Amino acid sequence: MKDKQDSLEQAVLNDYKYGFVTDIDTDVIPKGLNEDVIRLISHKKNEPEWMLEWRLKAYAYWLTLEEPTWANIKYPVIDYQDIIYYAAPKPKKQLNSLDEVDPELLSTFEKLGISLVEQKRLTGVAVDVVMDSVSIATSFKEQLSEIGVIFCSISEAIQQHPELVKKYMGSVVPMTDNYFAALNSAVFTDGSFCFIPKGVRCPMELSTYFRINTENAGQFERTLIVAEDESYVSYLEGCTAPMRDENQLHAAVVELLAMEKAEIKYSTVQNWYPGDKEGKGGIYNFVTKRGICKGDYSKISWTQVETGSAITWKYPSVILKGDHTIGEFYSVAFTNNHQQADTGTKMIHLGKNTRSRIVAKGISAGFSQNSYRGLVRASKHATNARNYSQCDSLLLGDKCGAHTFPYIEVKNKTAIVEHEATTSKIGEDQLFYCRQRGIDPEEAVALIVNGFAKEVMNQLPMEFAIEAQKLLAISMEGSVG
Amino acid sequence: MIDLTYFKEQFEQLQLEDADEHIAAIRKQSFDTFNKAGLPTFHTEEWKYTGISSLFNQTYAQIGHTITAADVAALRMPGHHKANELVFVNGRFDFSLSNILSSDTEMKVLSLKDAVNGEYRDLVGKHLNKSTEYIKDGIHALNGAFITEGVFIHILKGKIPHHPIYVYHILDSRQHHTLAQPRSLIYVDENSKLQLTETYVTLGSSDSFCNEVLEIVVEQNAIVEYYKIQNDTANASQVSTTHIRQVGRSYVHTVAITLNGGIVRNNMNLILDATGNEAHLYGLYLLRGKTHADNHTLIDNRKPECFSNQLYKGIADDSSTAVFNGRIMVQPDAQKTNSFQSNKNILLSDNATINTKPQLEIFADDVKCSHGCTVGQLDEEALFYLRARGIPKEKAEVLLLQAYSADVLAHIKPMAIRAYVEKLIYEHLSIV
Amino acid sequence: MYMLSIKNIHANVEGKEILKGINLEIKPGEVHAIMGPNGSGKSTLASVLAGREEYEVTEGEVSFLNKNLLELSPEDRAREGLFLAFQYPVEIPGVSTTNFIKAAVNEKRKYHGLEPLDSVSFLKIMKEKMALVEIDQSLLSRSINEGFSGGEKKRNEIFQMAMLEPKLAILDETDSGLDIDALRIVANGINKLHNPERAVLVITHYQRLLEYIQPDFVHVLYNGRIVKSGTKELALELEEKGYDFITDEVDLTAE
Repeated sequence: MKDKQDSLEQAVLNDYKYGFVTDIDTDVIPKGLNEDVIRLISHKKNEPEWMLEWRLKAYAYWLTLEEPTWANIKYPVIDYQDIIYYAAPKPKKQLNSLDEVDPELLSTFEKLGISLVEQKRLTGVAVDVVMDSVSIATSFKEQLSEIGVIFCSISEAIQQHPELVKKYMGSVVPMTDNYFAALNSAVFTDGSFCFIPKGVRCPMELSTYFRINTENAGQFERTLIVAEDESYVSYLEGCTAPMRDENQLHAAVVELLAMEKAEIKYSTVQNWYPGDKEGKGGIYNFVTKRGICKGDYSKISWTQVETGSAITWKYPSVILKGDHTIGEFYSVAFTNNHQQADTGTKMIHLGKNTRSRIVAKGISAGFSQNSYRGLVRASKHATNARNYSQCDSLLLGDKCGAHTFPYIEVKNKTAIVEHEATTSKIGEDQLFYCRQRGIDPEEAVALIVNGFAKEVMNQLPMEFAIEAQKLLAISMEGSVG
Repeated sequence: MIDLTYFKEQFEQLQLEDADEHIAAIRKQSFDTFNKAGLPTFHTEEWKYTGISSLFNQTYAQIGHTITAADVAALRMPGHHKANELVFVNGRFDFSLSNILSSDTEMKVLSLKDAVNGEYRDLVGKHLNKSTEYIKDGIHALNGAFITEGVFIHILKGKIPHHPIYVYHILDSRQHHTLAQPRSLIYVDENSKLQLTETYVTLGSSDSFCNEVLEIVVEQNAIVEYYKIQNDTANASQVSTTHIRQVGRSYVHTVAITLNGGIVRNNMNLILDATGNEAHLYGLYLLRGKTHADNHTLIDNRKPECFSNQLYKGIADDSSTAVFNGRIMVQPDAQKTNSFQSNKNILLSDNATINTKPQLEIFADDVKCSHGCTVGQLDEEALFYLRARGIPKEKAEVLLLQAYSADVLAHIKPMAIRAYVEKLIYEHLSIV
Repeated sequence: MYMLSIKNIHANVEGKEILKGINLEIKPGEVHAIMGPNGSGKSTLASVLAGREEYEVTEGEVSFLNKNLLELSPEDRAREGLFLAFQYPVEIPGVSTTNFIKAAVNEKRKYHGLEPLDSVSFLKIMKEKMALVEIDQSLLSRSINEGFSGGEKKRNEIFQMAMLEPKLAILDETDSGLDIDALRIVANGINKLHNPERAVLVITHYQRLLEYIQPDFVHVLYNGRIVKSGTKELALELEEKGYDFITDEVDLTAE
């Protein structure tokens, strides 16, 4: 019995491989938050006056709020005055092309498996990389702009496409939405902006890679994706951070808008530093992600693989406003050691004939706590709304917890909502069966866990699926068939 | 503006009148909790979907009643002539209206006060008001603050009483708004059996509010069968809390039927505090008019190898609201727990609402737990089939809803009670 | 020279003694059948040999290819060449049969110091063996045993055996729940895999599998002991007269 326990633990041990620090000259402002800091951020980004006003309004509102406590997570009080709100690698000079990016930075991202050098890239993925508070580089920009796709940092969008930013930013996640969204609205530094014009099917995956580097810095990125009528985009997001003993705050906002017949597929592999085995350090990940299916027949699909962060507080949601719209949420959340995750989704059915599907797989190991929290709401006018939810939890070891908190609210008599949840551990029979075929207990656990998560993994674009599998610390010998 | 200050006067009055030391101490502690917690609001997680403050827009007087034996006779349930009938009027246990058939070698029925001052001092001290860790809100505390004419029942070791227990909660609202806060403690001793059916009746058209707390302690090898029938008037609201604590390996079976009422909230808390406990919980709510029914269940698996199964089904028609909140907790020691839960709902009207929230909180790994819930409609195909055979739509719907109810009703074991409930349901569904 | 030698094995499950001194020796190329009424300890013997941890061996020795079998972990026993076809093959959702077998084959190769098979050669071998046990490609891309019929599960077991090429195959009630066609296919697969280097231990309640797989020796297990051994005629006799004719005798002598 003891052996088995040890091998289980062995199997889920996951050494963080992205914990290095890049030694680069960084422009850092002093710790603390007040109006002057916000003015300074806005000034450093050379923002127009309206943007600054927006930030200040958000800040004033944030001051009136209290940090939420309803989630199933525990952490010490965050001192918002002890955080650096702006840190940027110092550019040596004005960049004209990717070739001029600081080689140290390029090698950082090479180490992370992200090649910015376009000719080296095998797959057609356009990448925006954000280190601490600023976007470093965006690839394939020109090719994309030829077909009218705008893919740039949000800072650049504020300068170059103010009318679009003004129109859409805050329209899905208002600055007043919640505590962390208000904070983000006040201090957000960078992030990505994507605009897919009418009728365009974006020919490559768009991807942003987020990296926290500077000590004591918070990361507050903001992503905005607008898909016009009959357009399609698949967007990928990855994140890592160095290993540090202190907790670092990440409070992002992501807004998606899908117009008539548009489709947005948003995939995340979240691997912020989770803290060490004793629970020291790690990222506090408080993220507000929401999409709106605004036009009829539009579709938004969230896929997430959550392996990192000391604390995850995240509920990527879809507002199904248009008729015949579809919302999807596929999630694998893996927690180990002292990690805590409280994650799930909200599907708000407003339009007629709307459909949503939720598949959430939670895997808990070590001393971690893993919660699914979700809301499915069929409002009074959501005729023929359909939802199907499946939440499964797998427990590895007897010191962790797995929890499920689904909320279902139905006000329309033609709606059909179904929810199922199960919790179990890896069956000893399954483990023995694998071992009788000569497979190590560790690998057997990995196989079974991977099988458990497969339905979600299948939703990821190929390159991401492979990275995600590695992240789950599961080494499955190549795949056949 | 809600004024709760009169409770203070009533509380102080009660402390003076009824000076029993032990109970007074519980009242004091509860009243402090009530003052601190106040009334639950929509921000209170456990009360997210049920607003209760409207029940406190009026004051409830503490005055006598005029219920007679003839009144009681008119409300009796079938099988009563073979049952021990316990009558509470306005929340106070009334010996003169009650009728105990069982001999005291099988079952002892005492006022809480007599129990705590006599041979049961230690037992009552040990078990009364000991489940407050599960419900910390002001409503629950309010009951504790006004414990007075409660009842204590002891089912004696090794006894299976020949006569079941019927409890009638009568609220006399013919003159005034009535608040009743009945309180009971039942001790089901080793190798014994409790069969209990509770029902609630409001007389008169003024508002009534029954805030009940019942605690049942179940010892080794004992069996509990508990039926609750809620079919009161639209002006009658209630919060009905049952704590069942299984302290020995034992078997518990409950069925809660909710048909009519104003705001009805049930808290069914099962504390599985011994290895190998088994619990089966069933519920049926068929809601019409403006009835708001909220069933909260909690299964706390504290010891290994416990089994529990829950099935709650219901419909919401007209402007009614149905809430289900089923919480399953598995504590770190409770390995080999099997706990299952199913909640099925049918929404029949666009003015009705169904909110359901199953919860799993699991801290042990060798467990099998699952919950499922659905919200849907009557089977259109079946409805059409019946109509095609010449059955009018309304009647066909009643038939289908009766069929829908059947798999919960099948778990009402006493035939007299089951037939009674079936009749109530037929009448309830047939009103156009 | 024996491949498997079981000496006086006693084993407990949850404190209850199920095996009460089993002796059995198997040489390469031999087919042995263990028969016995329900509850006699047949499946326990299979589980003990495969290394299930719930079974506690309290006495006795087992040597397999000159190694002390009882000291090996279940996976090492498998890699040494001991294969158990399960009576109730378990379902593993999300894990494709192909991936599962590839992992198993490569683990075994690694153990014997061989390079892992690349996908092309693996697929080639797989195709050959598929024909052998008449198993369908579509079955192999599905999650292992999930939603398989009883017959498909058993065929999948034999397919895995074909892929892993064990020295000793233990078939635990492989015939139970099989219709006559499936039984024929399974038996056929086993016969094709059988050769002078390999041994087979068939555990069964009924004689019908033995019509297809000819045993060299038949042993009757009763109440945790082998009470009678013989040739395949013993199986026929059992089929005809039922187990009572042996068990009565044993019970009598016990008294």
